[in-house]
Amino acid sequence: MIWSTLTRWYHQLGSPRYFYRFSDVVLPWLWPLALLVTATGLIWGLAFAPEDYQQGNSYRIIFIHVPAASGALLGYVAMGVAGLVNLVWRMKMAEVMIKAIAPFGALLAAIALITGAIWGKPTWGTYWEWDARLTSMLILFFLYLGVMALINAIPDPRQAGRAAGLLSLVGVINVVIVKYSVEWWHSLHQGSTLKLVGKSSMPPEMLTPLLISMLGIYLLFAVSVLWRARAELLWRERKSAWVKELH
Amino acid sequence: MYFESFSAFLQMGTHGVYVWSAYGISALLIVGNLWLAYRGEQKVREELRRLARREQSGQ
Repeated sequence: MIWSTLTRWYHQLGSPRYFYRFSDVVLPWLWPLALLVTATGLIWGLAFAPEDYQQGNSYRIIFIHVPAASGALLGYVAMGVAGLVNLVWRMKMAEVMIKAIAPFGALLAAIALITGAIWGKPTWGTYWEWDARLTSMLILFFLYLGVMALINAIPDPRQAGRAAGLLSLVGVINVVIVKYSVEWWHSLHQGSTLKLVGKSSMPPEMLTPLLISMLGIYLLFAVSVLWRARAELLWRERKSAWVKELH
Repeated sequence: MYFESFSAFLQMGTHGVYVWSAYGISALLIVGNLWLAYRGEQKVREELRRLARREQSGQ
């Protein structure tokens, strides 16, 4: 019973045609919703959340910095899972997902680095320091670029997918390092904000817009993955009947 | 609104330049990336239509 449900789910998700139709239904309302949620969180954080008693207004960068950083980490884990699925089961859809995730993941890693540098200047007195958190985040950015470069460098999409999947899977180690870098090493970077919620270091007036911004960025990530996966699917399946029926 | 005036909102104390540059760069990058993702599918569809036309005229 459970087995048959799992196999049906696997085949449906793994079917390019099913995935394309699914995204047809989801995208028309998902992208406006994602923009709306993101704008709500960011405007709330910029204009309505109170000032931080230590950092003043510079802390407002958190509302883009933390969602971008956590999205970049989550995206890499998703890419690693797709890489594992592809290495074990040779699933074509997993290769498409790796290719679709990487560009926006790299973008979010870059945004986390840039906004972190800008925030660092008034807070630490420096844009950059070669400390564990910052360096491991830079490596995450390069890992994303590496996955994209591998896919572009290998002409055969199946071989490219396997190589990119392997790099995605191995690179997940770095996600763990980013996550725990502030605990394992002495770091300029402050500890995890969201974990401190229980100790009420972040009041609800700040936490609420932060969580809304995070949700918004994750939804935008999903939209970008769906759009990129559709492009890749259409091209890979261009000789199949369901794609030919589209035009 | 947390700020007393719109100019106070823009100034953000002494941190306006940091906050607004961080948000400005991020917004540009995100919108640009999403636009590329959207255009990517359009371009593939245009290319497929072109290929289909060429195939038809060749027959």
